[in-house]
Amino acid sequence: MTNVQINRLKDQAFKYTGIFCTLIGIVLLAIFTGSILMDGLSRIDWQFLTSLPSRRAEKAGILTAWSGTLWIFGLTALISIPIGVAAGIYLEEYSKKGRLSSILEVNITNLAGVPSVIYGILGLAIFVRTLHFGGSLLAGSFTLSLLILPIIIVSTREAIKAVPSSLREASFGMGATKWQTISYQVLPAAGGGIATGIILALSRAIGEAAPLIVIGALAYVPFVAKTPMDDFTVLPIQIFNWVSRPDPAFLVNAAAGIIILLGITFLMNGIAVWLRHRWQKKMNW
Amino acid sequence: MKISEKIIEGGLFSSAVITILTTIGIIWVLLSQSLVFFKDVSIWEFLTSTEWTPLFTKKSYGILPLISGTMLTTLIAVAIALPLGLCIAIYLSEYAPRKFRDIFKPMLEVLAAVPTVVYGFFALTVVTPFLKNIFPEIDTFNALSAGLVMGVMIIPMVSSLSEDALFAVPKSLREASYGMGATRLQTSFKVLVPAASSGIIVSVILAFARAIGETMIVAIAAGQMPNLTANPLAAVETITAYIVQVSLGDVAHGSIEYRTIFAAGLTLFAMTFVLNNVSFFIRKKYQEKYD
Amino acid sequence: MSTLTMEKKTHFAEPIKNMSDSKKKPSIAKISTNNVNVFYGDNKVIKDVSIEIQEKSVTAFIGPSGCGKSTFLRLFNRMNDYIETFRKEGDICIDGKDIYGKKVMVEELRKMVGMVFQKPNPFPKSIYENVAFGLRIQGIKKRAVLDEAVEHSLRQAALWEEVKDQLNKSALALSGGQQQRVCIARALAVGPSVLLMDEPASALDPIATSKVEELIHQLKEKYTIVIVTHNMQQAGRVSDKTAFFYLGNLVEFDKTKKIFTNPKQELTERYITGRFG
Repeated sequence: MTNVQINRLKDQAFKYTGIFCTLIGIVLLAIFTGSILMDGLSRIDWQFLTSLPSRRAEKAGILTAWSGTLWIFGLTALISIPIGVAAGIYLEEYSKKGRLSSILEVNITNLAGVPSVIYGILGLAIFVRTLHFGGSLLAGSFTLSLLILPIIIVSTREAIKAVPSSLREASFGMGATKWQTISYQVLPAAGGGIATGIILALSRAIGEAAPLIVIGALAYVPFVAKTPMDDFTVLPIQIFNWVSRPDPAFLVNAAAGIIILLGITFLMNGIAVWLRHRWQKKMNW
Repeated sequence: MKISEKIIEGGLFSSAVITILTTIGIIWVLLSQSLVFFKDVSIWEFLTSTEWTPLFTKKSYGILPLISGTMLTTLIAVAIALPLGLCIAIYLSEYAPRKFRDIFKPMLEVLAAVPTVVYGFFALTVVTPFLKNIFPEIDTFNALSAGLVMGVMIIPMVSSLSEDALFAVPKSLREASYGMGATRLQTSFKVLVPAASSGIIVSVILAFARAIGETMIVAIAAGQMPNLTANPLAAVETITAYIVQVSLGDVAHGSIEYRTIFAAGLTLFAMTFVLNNVSFFIRKKYQEKYD
Repeated sequence: MSTLTMEKKTHFAEPIKNMSDSKKKPSIAKISTNNVNVFYGDNKVIKDVSIEIQEKSVTAFIGPSGCGKSTFLRLFNRMNDYIETFRKEGDICIDGKDIYGKKVMVEELRKMVGMVFQKPNPFPKSIYENVAFGLRIQGIKKRAVLDEAVEHSLRQAALWEEVKDQLNKSALALSGGQQQRVCIARALAVGPSVLLMDEPASALDPIATSKVEELIHQLKEKYTIVIVTHNMQQAGRVSDKTAFFYLGNLVEFDKTKKIFTNPKQELTERYITGRFG
């Protein structure tokens, strides 16, 4: 064989290695999802969805867990969206290139890389202890809001950046003020991109367990939360709790809980991908 | 300028400032509580003692076993994610037909979106039993299983960022290489990877930081046994898993056991902080190079 | 515009055929194409072009941008293969062999047909590694062989004296003109017999340009050179024969002197005299 033939052979070999590597993660995930569906799907019924937690695996349900997740979803959205979008608008449209803006930028990049469990420690010291929220929904939502703020801010900035400057100039040219330009022109045009980022960030928030465990969310909550000041649990914590039990019957419960959690995660990610796709098409005018 | 415009700008600005307050808050909380902790435990003991038993009657406060547990699981994860992620990045950017790339890239990114507690379940119920077939002596909780699964989780991080870096290499370099009779493989590894090296390094550092801070996978699958070992088949405890362990227990607020999580948290924060900043500055430098 | 298209249809189909019949030289052509069409998707960008390029000569392709001259040049080392929608019809032969034949290995072809690009594109490596790249990818590891090839190629590219003491310096640290000569040396190192140059001086200043042109003159003794250029003075200075392309058609192909002094086609004359383009 000549050198060229050998090189070609290596090239082909790498091509198949590449396909293999690309598919292996996806295939693993598919196998895993399949096996979880086999384990847990039969466990999901009305009783499972509407029962309180219990010491007996077959009587236990996820009512408190999914209602807690819903609460967390709503409260975190209320807190993080306005702050995150506002900060993104400020950084992209108002802040002048300088020392402050570069500090803000480095800082947000850094925050995005801080482990979630550290946010838990922050929430524990600030919201639970100093502000006396206790291990409540409110403390959990504030903690998760801080955690996902960098994601919302960065995606808001990216979306605003994608809005052509001609749109701004046209608006200014008609005598609009800066805020009128932003609220009537820039934000609607950037909306799809911002919404995509928000959904991805919230999907991250409802999958988190570690920071909520640190602030003292409980695994065993025998009632459905009525106010933001109530104690709570969420799906990931309930799953973690069931996984940690020695009795294998609880693993079936965990699998069933995972199906619900994965269902929500995939749904949100699917919506986000679809929204981004639609928005990108619109932005290519 | 109208007053309302000023007020709006002020509101937006204060939102941005919250991010700075968050950082200050994290550093202040970790430092102030750790300072109290270090009044009782010498920094020397903390950094050099090889035993970590704050929850036992015979107490010892050496962070090394937690650091070694963290590094062990992280290294296993990066050892998986780096070669796989890089191969994926090269395949997707240099080989794959457009359609294949458009379909599978978003699917890969789903790997990073799966809640980590789900990965923990996977490690414990699927991967560990599988490993037991190969290594019968493996512990039920072990670093290998957690590390492998964590590796799968961070693959999209390495592949996405590396692919961006490869994509940023000017087309003219590809043409030059192909024009000399190089194959795609030779072009990828001899020209593109070296040219994109800073971006690839950034992706690996960020993946590294992500693995160090990952909590639920290791808390579920790696065990809660502070263990100064390099044996991947043994149970270990990472810094993050320790923080979760304490949070789940009944540790009195204000006790020294309670403060250990701040000292451990400070150590964890310092590690990820350094890695994130290194990657940030490499990225800044390399952006300027191509602009 | 409409008059132009009319002219195209009426004027140049015949003369070209006549030319290839009557003016065939006795020596065998190095590169020959026969009724070549090229498509990008549904776009026909090269229309029925037949041409014969003699060995050890310099041939210039001229024409306004978008006329297909670069695409046509890139057919000779199959650089268009990487464009997903690319498709071609007709034969392209080098040394009498169909280079798009099933058994042809593109990597072998490109060793024989070197290419120099519009913008200097050295790899972000040392000068030495740039020139040695082509040999290394063929699996040559012996330092002595590489050393000799690097020196020889750099001498051929008239760069040796300028860089011999700094071979380990990054090629990116050189001036634009030097970078382009590194790229020429890099192409020569693998021992091609044809050298394709795609506007090799368009990114260079006048002094660097004249150096590259001088180099082309010297290289002609050993290599068959095809050069695409925007610059008609340059075509006039360096080439033996010139081909004028317009809208994917080969309008006229003749001795450079003839093209510039007494073109057959009115379209060529109008382009040469700068009335459009």
